[in-house]
Amino acid sequence: MNWVALKMLTGDKAKYFGIVFGVGFAALLMAQQSSIFCGLMRNTTSQIRDVQGADLWVMDRNVQFVDDVKPLSENDLYRVRGVPGVKWAVRLYKGQGRARLADGNFQQMLILGLDNATLVGAPGPARIVHGNIEDLRQPDAVFIDEFGWRYLFKDEPFVPGRKTLELNDKRAVIVGMCKCSPTFQTFPILYCTYSQAVQFIPQERKTLSFVLAKADPDVPPAEVCRRIDVQTGFKALTDDEFFWTTIRYYLQRTGIPINFGITVALGFFVGCAIAGQTFYLFTIENLKQFGALKAMGVGNLRLVRMIMLQALVVGVIGYGIGVGGAALFGYVFERVVKSAPPAFYFPWQILVVTGGAVVVIVTLAALVSMRRVLVLEAGVVFR
Amino acid sequence: MPAVTFSDPALRSPHPRLGSAVSLTGVAKEYGTGEAKVTALRSVDLDLPYGELVLLVGPSGCGKTTLISIVAGLLDASEGEVEVLGQNLTRMGGGRKVRFRGENIGFVFQQYNLLPSLTAAENASVPLLVAGWDRKKAVAKAGELLTAVGLGDRLKSFPNQLSGGQQQRVAIARALVHDPRLLVCDEPTAALDAASGRTVMTLIRQVAVEADRAVIVVTHDSRVYDFGDRIVFMSDGRIEKVEARQPARDVAPS
Ligand SMILES: Nc1ncnc2c1ncn2[C@@H]1O[C@H](COP(=O)(O)OP(=O)(O)O)[C@@H](O)[C@H]1O
Ligand SMILES: [Mg+2]
Repeated sequence: MNWVALKMLTGDKAKYFGIVFGVGFAALLMAQQSSIFCGLMRNTTSQIRDVQGADLWVMDRNVQFVDDVKPLSENDLYRVRGVPGVKWAVRLYKGQGRARLADGNFQQMLILGLDNATLVGAPGPARIVHGNIEDLRQPDAVFIDEFGWRYLFKDEPFVPGRKTLELNDKRAVIVGMCKCSPTFQTFPILYCTYSQAVQFIPQERKTLSFVLAKADPDVPPAEVCRRIDVQTGFKALTDDEFFWTTIRYYLQRTGIPINFGITVALGFFVGCAIAGQTFYLFTIENLKQFGALKAMGVGNLRLVRMIMLQALVVGVIGYGIGVGGAALFGYVFERVVKSAPPAFYFPWQILVVTGGAVVVIVTLAALVSMRRVLVLEAGVVFR
Repeated sequence: MPAVTFSDPALRSPHPRLGSAVSLTGVAKEYGTGEAKVTALRSVDLDLPYGELVLLVGPSGCGKTTLISIVAGLLDASEGEVEVLGQNLTRMGGGRKVRFRGENIGFVFQQYNLLPSLTAAENASVPLLVAGWDRKKAVAKAGELLTAVGLGDRLKSFPNQLSGGQQQRVAIARALVHDPRLLVCDEPTAALDAASGRTVMTLIRQVAVEADRAVIVVTHDSRVYDFGDRIVFMSDGRIEKVEARQPARDVAPS
C-alpha cells in the first residue's frame, strides 16, 4: 500500500510540486537567513578568533564586547603580570585609524598593534599569503588582510613595499598580506607593532586596549581569570568566553536577531501555509479514493501510515532542495562577491533546526489532512 | 486461479451450503437525532442465497444504499441482527470488520472510484495489495481478470484514457480479483448509456456469479431487471416483495 500512497502523491504532478515547493521554499528561506545571521554574528568575533597565541583576554570591567574598547594604563599591564599563575602578559592595541590613500581619499582601517618583542597575536604561518611576519619589525611596516587589499587595490598583484598608506600623517608600508576572518564592520585590517600602532592614531592618554595573557601550564585558565579578577579588578576571559560575551551583546543589544528571526519565522509560516494548504487540497481531492480504499479493507492505521509516508517524501525532497539551495547560495556568494567578506556560516545546527522545522511543517500538513480521512465514513463511496 | 491467501482463516466464511449468504432480521437504520432524524430502514428481514445475482430495486431515497452499506459492513444498523457470510456483523469490532471487508467483499461503485494515477491493471490489483500480495504478482493476477472482462489490451491504460463503460469493467475486475464471497454493486450502470450498461450487467452475470458467491446489485434502472435471479423491491425503507425470476440465466450479452 506504500506504493499506492506514493503513486497517489506523484500522480498529481501540480499538487506534488506545489507541496514540495512549499516545503523547499520554507527550508531555503530558513536555512539561508539563519546562515547569514550566524555569519554576521560570527563575524563580530573575528578578531577574537584571529588573535592567536594567548589564553586570556584581560580588559576593563565594563567592556561588553570586543569592539567596546576601554583602554587600560601601562601600569595595569604590570599588575596583570604580577598575578600568580600568569605566565606572561603582553600588550594589544585594537582600534580604528583613518588612512589617506594615494588618490587622496580616506578609509577607516582596523589596526591591531602587537607586542614589539614577541608579536603575540600575529597571524600564524598558515594565514600568511605574502611576506614574513618578522618584517613587521621594519620601520613603518604593516600587514594588510586579503579582503582589505582587494578592496583598496582591486586586482593589482601584491608586491611587498610597493603600496603605502598614510595614517595620522605617518607612512605605513604594506610589507605583507594575510588572511583574516571576515569582520562585521568590513574595514580593511592592518597588523603592525604596538609602538607603530600608537603612531597611526591621534595622541591619546591611554592606548592599551587589551592585555593578552598566558596561564601557567599547571593552572587552569579559569582559575587564572578568577585570580586576575580578584587581584586587579579587571575582567579576564578565555577566547571562548569572550566569543560568547560578544555574541550575547549583539543578540541582546541590536535588532539583528529580531529581524532575522522574523524572516525565518515568515519562511516557516509561509512554508506551513503553502505545504499545508496544498497537501490538504490534495487529500480532499482524493477523499473518494481514500473512501474506496477504506471500503476495500484499508484500516485507519494503514491510512495514517500512507499519509505520513506521503508527508515524509515531500518533506525529505523539500528539505533537500531547501538546504541544498542555501548551501549553493553561500558557495556562489563567496566566489562571486570577491571584495566583500562573506557573512555566511552554515553550521550543522542549522541543518538540524531546519530539519526540525520541516518535520513540523509536514506533520502539521499531514495531521490536517489525516483528520479528514479518519473521520471519513467508508459509506461515502456510495454517495 | 490461485486462491487468495487470507491472514485470518477464521474470517473466511463457512461453505455456502451451510447457510444464507446474507441474513437480516428486523434491521432498522436511522440517521441523525431529534429534529434531523431520518429513518432510512424500518424492520427489514431478508435472506439471500449464494450463487445468485440479486437486484435491489426501488425509487431514489428508499434505502437501497443504506441497506447494502449495512450488508457490506460499511455502516452499523441501528437495530436488528446482521449476518453476512456466516459472520455476525452486529457484534463485530471495527478493526475486524475492516479486514472482513477486505477479504470477503468486492465493491463496484456508481462513480467507479479508480485511482487516477494507477493503470487499469494496477487499479484492479488493489484488493490484492491490501491483502499483502507482492506487487508484481498482484498486477499479473489483475491482468488475468481484466482480460476476462475484455480489457486485455488496455492493461496499461490510465482511467482517464478509458470510457465510462471500460472504467466500470476495470472496477468489476478489481472487485473480483481477490475472489470475494460477496459482491455489492451500487447503481453500476447509472452513469452509463444503455448499451454500456447492458455490457456491464452482462459481464457481472458472466464473471461474477458463482456457486459460492452472492452478488447484490442496487439499481433503479428497470431496463436491467431481467439480469437478476431474484429482485428485491424496496420502498420507503421497507421490502415490498421479493420476486424470483427463472429466465434471467439466459440473458445473452448484447
Ligand atoms: N448520511 C446520511 N445522513 C442523513 N440521511 C441520510 C444519509 N444517507 C442517506 N440518508 C437518507 O436516508 C434515506 C435513504 O437513503 P439511501 O439509502 O441513500 O437511498 P437510495 O440509495 O435508495 O437512494 C434517504 O431519505 C436519505 O436522504
Ligand atoms: Mg443510492
